[in-house]
Amino acid sequence: MFAPEIVIAAVINGLLTGAVYALVSVALTLVYGVLHIINFAHGAILTAAMFAAFFAEQAGVDPLIAVFGLAPLFFVLGYGAQRYIIGPASHGEDSNTLLVTLGLSILIENALLAAFGSDTRTIDVPYGFSTVDLGFVFLPAPRVIAFAVTCVTATLLWALLKKTDTGKAIRAVAKEKLGAALVGIDVAHVYAVTFGLGAACLAIAACVLLPSYYVQPRVGDAYVFVAFTVVVLGGMGSAPGAMIGGLFIGVVESLSGLYFGESLGQLGIFVIFILALLVRPTGLFGARA
Amino acid sequence: MAPPNGSPRGTWRMAEALLSVRGLVAGYGETEVLRGVDLEVGPGEIVAVLGSNGVGKTTLNKTLSGVIRAAAGEIYFGGQRIDHLAPPAIVAAGLIHVPEARRIFPDMSVRENLELGSYRRGKAERAANIEKVFDTFPRLRERRAQLAGTLSGGEQQMLAIGRGLMGQPRLLILDEPSLGLSPLLVEEMFALIVHLNAEGMTILLVEQNVMQSLAIATRAHVLENGRFALSGRGEDLARDPELEKTYLGM
Ligand SMILES: Nc1ncnc2c1ncn2[C@@H]1O[C@H](COP(=O)(O)OP(=O)(O)O)[C@@H](O)[C@H]1O
Ligand SMILES: [Mg+2]
Repeated sequence: MFAPEIVIAAVINGLLTGAVYALVSVALTLVYGVLHIINFAHGAILTAAMFAAFFAEQAGVDPLIAVFGLAPLFFVLGYGAQRYIIGPASHGEDSNTLLVTLGLSILIENALLAAFGSDTRTIDVPYGFSTVDLGFVFLPAPRVIAFAVTCVTATLLWALLKKTDTGKAIRAVAKEKLGAALVGIDVAHVYAVTFGLGAACLAIAACVLLPSYYVQPRVGDAYVFVAFTVVVLGGMGSAPGAMIGGLFIGVVESLSGLYFGESLGQLGIFVIFILALLVRPTGLFGARA
Repeated sequence: MAPPNGSPRGTWRMAEALLSVRGLVAGYGETEVLRGVDLEVGPGEIVAVLGSNGVGKTTLNKTLSGVIRAAAGEIYFGGQRIDHLAPPAIVAAGLIHVPEARRIFPDMSVRENLELGSYRRGKAERAANIEKVFDTFPRLRERRAQLAGTLSGGEQQMLAIGRGLMGQPRLLILDEPSLGLSPLLVEEMFALIVHLNAEGMTILLVEQNVMQSLAIATRAHVLENGRFALSGRGEDLARDPELEKTYLGM
């Protein structure tokens, strides 16, 4: 058995990792909840954002500064992709939308591969090896920052969805498309805004991940696998579910790393994924059908 | 110009019609549901569109509000041609469609549903209009914080109409507002429609409750095979032996 401080430290570390999982998952579940599609380009958008953050850093802009430009940029790109590519190409068929996002993902990943090769790249930021001392545990500063930024982002997103007309329109379209259209909500616009918000969340995740991670053309895939688990666990389309699920999965990964060894940390996530599917078989597709 | 067939003499002229529909053809893909509908609604009228299930009443409403594109024909609202417009622009013009089956936002509160009623039109008067809706429907005031999906059927219908009123309609389209209500609530619903009309609201009423609709309608039409098979003043149609034949398809 481990001493309590070690277990508590593992839990806290898990929460820090889990916060980024939560952010990536919220973006996925938001798009699912409103457009009723699984965005297969999710991982590729995260990867693209990490490359963007990487080159911003190469140009001398710290990711924590770059995020203020990249989040709006990815919002605009996401908005445009949905409004002018995915939406029109799908002709209102969900299965088409799925294929279009899959195609988009292949396109983005291969473009990145062609342009930058498959090398992994890392950045050095001044706070890269700083720590935050809690007395019984030293926490890596980049991940504490990631946690804080995620909390701020989640709060802003919550306020947007709860308090603004745009947010209310997003929630209205999610549950009642015809009713929304009949109060004058532009459904295609709301779809695109939602997709843009998802992309902006991924850009924020990319900027806080990069200082303690690496970038490579397939780097987003690992996060998307985790995000799928979280979204199934938290209930498809539920933003609070994705937040809590993300933190939970982070802790599970950290604890199973502690007990079963670092390399088996992801095993816990996989077990949870299978369990969630077995226990909540309607979770994956039931919300739509 | 003479008022159209059956309109109460002198209340309005064709040129002043709030809604004017000519030769409207609409449907779904290859299926034509409406095959040439002509319809006029003048300011202050209650115009009823009757017809049996599946005849195309809802299709007519959806085409008027831009949810379905007209295949042919013209729709004018307040003098402006609207058949090429999308729903947001049509709502902005003041044509508000309270749909069949209510279509309220189930996981949002009563108040949020009403707020969204003024998403496109009437935003500046939102707070005052919510109070007006609460005065009309005291039940909704009591339940303003409750999630709309947990309301009873009658309350949901009140909310759907209240949400429509939040858009400050120049024309209010009601699609089967009495559907699924208890007999007592049906009475209340028709009393409400009369009340709204008395306060100046122009209403296009789609119903299956024939006699009650004719009793309150200025004019009425019976839709059959994609066209209006019968038209006339409400009180005249109520006495017309053709009505039973047409309506029941005998
Ligand atoms: N979305 C749709 N796609 C294809 N056909 C439809 C659709 N909605 C309605 N219809 C058909 O159009 C006809 C008219 O329907 P509707 O306008 O709902 O009738 P009503 O409101 O008079 O009961 C019906 O035959 C119905 O089956
Ligand atoms: Mg109908």
